Amino acid sequence: MSSSSKDESMSEMEEQENQKKENGVLDYIMSLESVPTKLPPHLELLRTRVLCNNDAPQHTDTIQYSGAYAALGVDNSLRLDNFSQNFKVEVKRLTDDDMEFDMIGIDPSLANAFRRILIAEVPTMAIERVYIANNTSLIQDEVLSHRLGLIPISADPRLFEYPDNAGDDRNEKNTIVFKLHVGCRKGQPRITVRSNELKWLPNGSELIAEDAKPSASSKPKTFTSFACSQESVPEISSNPIGPKYSDIILAKLGPGQEIELEAHAIKGIGRTHAKWSPVATAWYRMLPEVVLLENIEDELADELKEKCPVGVFDIEDIGKGRRRATVARPRDCTLCRECIRGGKDWEDRISLRRVKDHFIFTIESTGALPPEVLFTEAVKILEDKCERVITELS
Amino acid sequence: MEHGSHSDQSKSTFSLADEDHTFANSIRFTLNQDPRVTFCGYSIPHPSDNRVNIRVQTTGDPAREVLKDACQDLMLICQHVRGTFDKAVSDFKKSNTMESDDSE
Repeated sequence: MSSSSKDESMSEMEEQENQKKENGVLDYIMSLESVPTKLPPHLELLRTRVLCNNDAPQHTDTIQYSGAYAALGVDNSLRLDNFSQNFKVEVKRLTDDDMEFDMIGIDPSLANAFRRILIAEVPTMAIERVYIANNTSLIQDEVLSHRLGLIPISADPRLFEYPDNAGDDRNEKNTIVFKLHVGCRKGQPRITVRSNELKWLPNGSELIAEDAKPSASSKPKTFTSFACSQESVPEISSNPIGPKYSDIILAKLGPGQEIELEAHAIKGIGRTHAKWSPVATAWYRMLPEVVLLENIEDELADELKEKCPVGVFDIEDIGKGRRRATVARPRDCTLCRECIRGGKDWEDRISLRRVKDHFIFTIESTGALPPEVLFTEAVKILEDKCERVITELS
Repeated sequence: MEHGSHSDQSKSTFSLADEDHTFANSIRFTLNQDPRVTFCGYSIPHPSDNRVNIRVQTTGDPAREVLKDACQDLMLICQHVRGTFDKAVSDFKKSNTMESDDSE
């Protein structure tokens, strides 16, 4: 009885085994996830990396469309919580004048929007109107005014308002007044007029407007109407206003020449004129990724290390006197493609790639605002644009 | 502002003044991510005019609502970017001041 039962159980097992082989494929299919969340690795590589080949880069466009992989059943849309989880910022370097940070998990359209706003739409203060009382120097009036306009002024533009109209109402809330009065006496050697000669006038203009009607008050009418001194604002008195750099050469005077002028600075954006741009420049690049597709050893490793001008590769010992090349500093890669030049074998050994959603941002500020504040202001400006469109649509 | 037909609300073109690639490319990105959108794109009719045309075609929802939702999404993304950035900067400053204290 027991043997027959064993036989029966054996035959059942055999039957089950046979069935398993037939249904094996079916089982594998049924055990897959019902909604595949990840693409197969070769497609994921094309979706997230730019392949920089010797002749031209490939797969440079980001695949944004939510239904791009609908045939595979993978959802490409950006859920907001996905974005919040994956988005990271890492600050690499931060000084008073410039900063370098990494943004990971963001699309190039947004990174470019921030860069464009930083260059053209974050407001600053810059000299716009120059009232020249006396200019006997060799520098023409308009050239001198142009140079004055380009001087970076260390004033927080958030404390000031835009001027309303073409030019009548200049008060302490929208204008900063500077005075320049330099002269070179006869017999003196030539002098250089630097930007530290620009003196800030917190009480407003001192030049008297010529067409003023004699008013009842004793104070003559000047070109600005300051109601109170700008020094009374606590943020301004703690950081006095003036040119950011004191050694900018404005003009050179010979004996007997003199410059006397008054300059008014107002708030503006870089789109109107580049003097109002708060950054020396702002740029980003994608994170480079250098992958060795095969083991590069001995003489080839030495040759590879020699080829790279910025020192991306390093040699490591793997014992028995043999050496192997490793990628030590991929972040320094400038994509000069020296390592894949020299024939098809080098192209097959190394793959140069860029990560599509990892941006290394560098911001160099001219000094009005520190770079981290500039970036925050730029993001706020993009939010304001969205709000404006929403109110227009409703 | 919106050029579309009264009968079919799901397809229309929005003409925005005082905008350029900065805003239009970002909103095109968020529109693409919305599963209700079948087609979206933007064009600048002339570079001297400060005007952008954004075209949205959806699977049935009114295009105006979809564009509004995309703007909201973009605002939320910006707020999240700002928060993460501020936190990263303050962490960096704190770790730097701690290092300089240690070295002293």
